[in-house]
Amino acid sequence: MTAAAAKQEPFAAIAEFGSASELYHAAEKVRDKGFRFWDVHSPFPIHGMNKAMGLGKSYLGYIIFCGGFTGFSTAVALEFIPSSFLYPLIVHGKPVNVFTVPAFFPVMFELTVLFSAFTAFFGVFVLNRLPRFHHPLFAYRPFRRVTRDAFFLVIESVDPRFSETGTVEFLTEIGGKEATLIYDEND
Amino acid sequence: MAETQVSAPEMVPFEERMPRPPLVEHTRSMAWLTDLIAGVPERKTPLWWFISIAITGSIAAFGVFCILYLLFTGVGVWGNDIPVGWAFDITNFVFWIGIGHAGTLISAILLLTRQKWRTAVNRSAEAMTLFAVICAAIFPGIHVGRVWMVWFLAPVPNPNWIWPNFRSPLMWDVFAVSTYFTVSVLFWFLGLVPDLGTLRDRAKSKVGKVVYGILALGWRGGNRQWRHYEMAYLILAGISTPLVLSVHSTVSFDFATSVLPGWHTTIFPPYFVAGAIFGGFAMVLTLLMPARSIYKLHDVITWNHIDVMCKIILLTGSIVGYAYSMEFFVAYYGANPFERFAFINRYFGPYWWASWSMFTCNVIMPQLFWVRAFRRNLITVLFVSMCVNAGMWFERFVIFVISLHRDFLPSSWGMYYPTWVDIWTFIGTIGIFVTLFLLFIRFLPMVAISEVRSVLPEADPHYEPVGPHTGAEDVGEAHA
Repeated sequence: MTAAAAKQEPFAAIAEFGSASELYHAAEKVRDKGFRFWDVHSPFPIHGMNKAMGLGKSYLGYIIFCGGFTGFSTAVALEFIPSSFLYPLIVHGKPVNVFTVPAFFPVMFELTVLFSAFTAFFGVFVLNRLPRFHHPLFAYRPFRRVTRDAFFLVIESVDPRFSETGTVEFLTEIGGKEATLIYDEND
Repeated sequence: MAETQVSAPEMVPFEERMPRPPLVEHTRSMAWLTDLIAGVPERKTPLWWFISIAITGSIAAFGVFCILYLLFTGVGVWGNDIPVGWAFDITNFVFWIGIGHAGTLISAILLLTRQKWRTAVNRSAEAMTLFAVICAAIFPGIHVGRVWMVWFLAPVPNPNWIWPNFRSPLMWDVFAVSTYFTVSVLFWFLGLVPDLGTLRDRAKSKVGKVVYGILALGWRGGNRQWRHYEMAYLILAGISTPLVLSVHSTVSFDFATSVLPGWHTTIFPPYFVAGAIFGGFAMVLTLLMPARSIYKLHDVITWNHIDVMCKIILLTGSIVGYAYSMEFFVAYYGANPFERFAFINRYFGPYWWASWSMFTCNVIMPQLFWVRAFRRNLITVLFVSMCVNAGMWFERFVIFVISLHRDFLPSSWGMYYPTWVDIWTFIGTIGIFVTLFLLFIRFLPMVAISEVRSVLPEADPHYEPVGPHTGAEDVGEAHA
């Protein structure tokens, strides 16, 4: 840690945990303490962690529903405006009316799926604030093992309950190893 | 009532009497798993890879040459003629698009049905889906004859302000296949992001750091990220499930909605979907059995995985066999002389060899998988998979060419003979497919590492290690 870095505000306090189970129980304690700006980092999604962190179900599903509905409406407009008004095609003597609607279903279905998939794909990255190629966590070398087999708990300094010494001690208390402060080197 | 009650000794829970086999054998650790899979793109390129890609790349290049020859000369270089206007082109299209279905079945339907074994094979199966759909998409593009008119497929008006007919199965097919490809790419890439993060964090070279770093999009594995990620993954699986069932149904509508004997049947959609899954799993096994041996993935893709895939082949193969028999029966029972003739001609006409190859490869050969020993033997599994690959190609040839070559009036009957361009365009797409797969296993993690980690016993937050440490982690370090 350089002298300049020591003076600035830390970005967060971080501690490593030995297993998914330890991280899970630590998360429950951090949740009960009332922290708000914190996260657990793991090499895979841990079952039940949302509950341990006090997070609800992801609301991405509602956004995807809107995307799917947009796709459905697009298909309805794309099919019926040309087929009913711009250039009505009468094939096999079948006009465009309520009785021939089933023949339009496949395209409606496909566009509903297509738009839902795009919304899901872009939605997950927008909600996760990704892509973001620089992050203070990447500067902390041990954090590179998070995509291998390591588990970390990070409490950010913007949290009102954060204190430079107290939070590090708290992380050690709940079973964290090598609890330390990390700094944003780009500040 | 007293007799029906189960006596006490039989009340042992099912899980204790028949414990589930572990998904990853030899109690491997996460570190071992990561080193095994992520180590493949990191090691020096092996010699066999260069030799293989030189061969498949040359075949692919010759396939591209055949396509260019077709485009610059005209469709007359193919054997297609009246009455057989659809031959190798559409046979190959349906063959390749069907291959893709196994990947989506593994990634979507098996996720929804909580088949955890899918984690070991889903990445490579999804990659296979993409490459198969790329091969498939070549054929509708080039079979139109005047390839510069291919934009007529798009839902836009032509210069005379005539719009396409949205009620045509061919139009549905355009939407179905393009949606299928797009959704498969998105699903595959979303699954790759955490593993690209692994490659980024392990990368030693500058190029690796930059390329994997950009592709990983800054993934940090935080639970606030996983929360949305898992929801997106689940919903993509949910929408891919009807999608994959719809794609081959829509493909089958191209034929089923026509009036041609041999095509005009209501059994086509389920029969095509079962056939697609059947052929796709055979291709998954054809690609994975060698990859598993070369990269020593035996603890990740275990014989139990291969066993269940063989069972799926047995099931879907039997469905396909039922469909073949039922088509034949309905032709007899339906009392339509043209339909009856079409099916007698199918098995006893000039193309009898194609039909009997199809029946042998698709219906008889998979029956070997009733025997457990054959499901767990490298030679028999590969042999049956190869039979099914060939059989499914013959199936499409049988349905399209044999039905077309003798329809209603004997005066309009004819024969179809493929030219060298037909044959080499098909072989060329096999080259493209294998080349893309070789590139995939060289540069990307071929097993979904983060998903396999999540099915290890220690991934359960309520898992308590029993007894002393197994030492598997030390083995893993030594292996690395």
